[in-house]
Amino acid sequence: MHDTLHRVVVAVVDSAKQVASSEASEHGEQFNFQHLLDHVKDSHTIELPGFHIELPQLPPVHLGGFILDLSPTKHVLFLLLCALLLIIGAIFTARAYRKTIVPHGFVNLIEMLVVFIRDEIVIPNMGSGGIKYIPYLLTTFFYIFLMNLIGLVPYGATATSNIMVTAGLATVAFFMIQISAIRAQGLKNYLMHLTGGVHWGLWAIMIPIEILGLFTKPFALCIRLFANMSAGHIVILSLLGLIFMFHSFSVAPASVAFALFINMLELFVAVLQAYIFTLLTAVFMGFGIQATHESHEENH
Amino acid sequence: MDAKAIAYLAAGFGSALIILGASYGIGKLAAATMEASGRQPEVAPQVRFTMIISAALIEGVTFFALVICMTLASK
Repeated sequence: MHDTLHRVVVAVVDSAKQVASSEASEHGEQFNFQHLLDHVKDSHTIELPGFHIELPQLPPVHLGGFILDLSPTKHVLFLLLCALLLIIGAIFTARAYRKTIVPHGFVNLIEMLVVFIRDEIVIPNMGSGGIKYIPYLLTTFFYIFLMNLIGLVPYGATATSNIMVTAGLATVAFFMIQISAIRAQGLKNYLMHLTGGVHWGLWAIMIPIEILGLFTKPFALCIRLFANMSAGHIVILSLLGLIFMFHSFSVAPASVAFALFINMLELFVAVLQAYIFTLLTAVFMGFGIQATHESHEENH
Repeated sequence: MDAKAIAYLAAGFGSALIILGASYGIGKLAAATMEASGRQPEVAPQVRFTMIISAALIEGVTFFALVICMTLASK
């Protein structure tokens, strides 16, 4: 407990020093909020203790009207890093099951989380037809969880605080929701549900509204995750930026104490948002799958 | 008053309204949870769990509006 507290304090002070070094190097006079935002936004440099790495800027690729800038930025690198860590972790966890069915240690923790997702999220919301979507939901949960947590480590960047990353996750969720609905109901039934069961005269009004409703749910997922992650980091940086705004160290105790509290809250929010994203994806998929059970009743 | 000043002012007022709405909603949530836990302590863990999920969903909507405020404030 004391050790964790010490580590969190070191993390907060480290981020304060990071802000200090960049502020002092640019201009020590005016406090500019945009400098704060630069620590949350994407950038082409990775900062490590003592030095920083400049990432290469590749020439833009022209794809017939579109100009793609494919240079790796900080968030892209952290996306790949988290994916690599997940793959290594998953392989390591799966291999531990070769010797024994009851694992110990780290693998036990992963099994606890996996069973939690299967028994609390997938089965109640999607029924038995949801078992084949468990790998996708597990990947979503662990990926977002890992990305959120790595952002809280000193010198780490939260990839999910970039709206493009969460938009990508929400796009995959959108496709999975439609695919699970079509696979469970069949294409004709799925399109029938898009009309909402009204008289055919109203279809011209109903179908655009229903299609819009299809898009709002993943959009809400995207914005929720993005705003939760970026807002937490902005609050922490703003609290520490108070020290620079007042140009004195006497605000430091109160400022660092508040920032510590917000850091604890951020830890909780990181886990919660990963869980909420997975839960809502499972619920939306469940709507599509359970729609087949309206007409014929099944005994639970 | 030029447009930038009005944008900042609107962002400030918007934040206040967002906080009003969100804290009122989550406060009612917490009150219902405490009442339910007091009446029937056996279900307190389940009730607390549901409260956390609902609070996260309400905060999701809050952050929608907050993002609009931040867009205004960075004009």
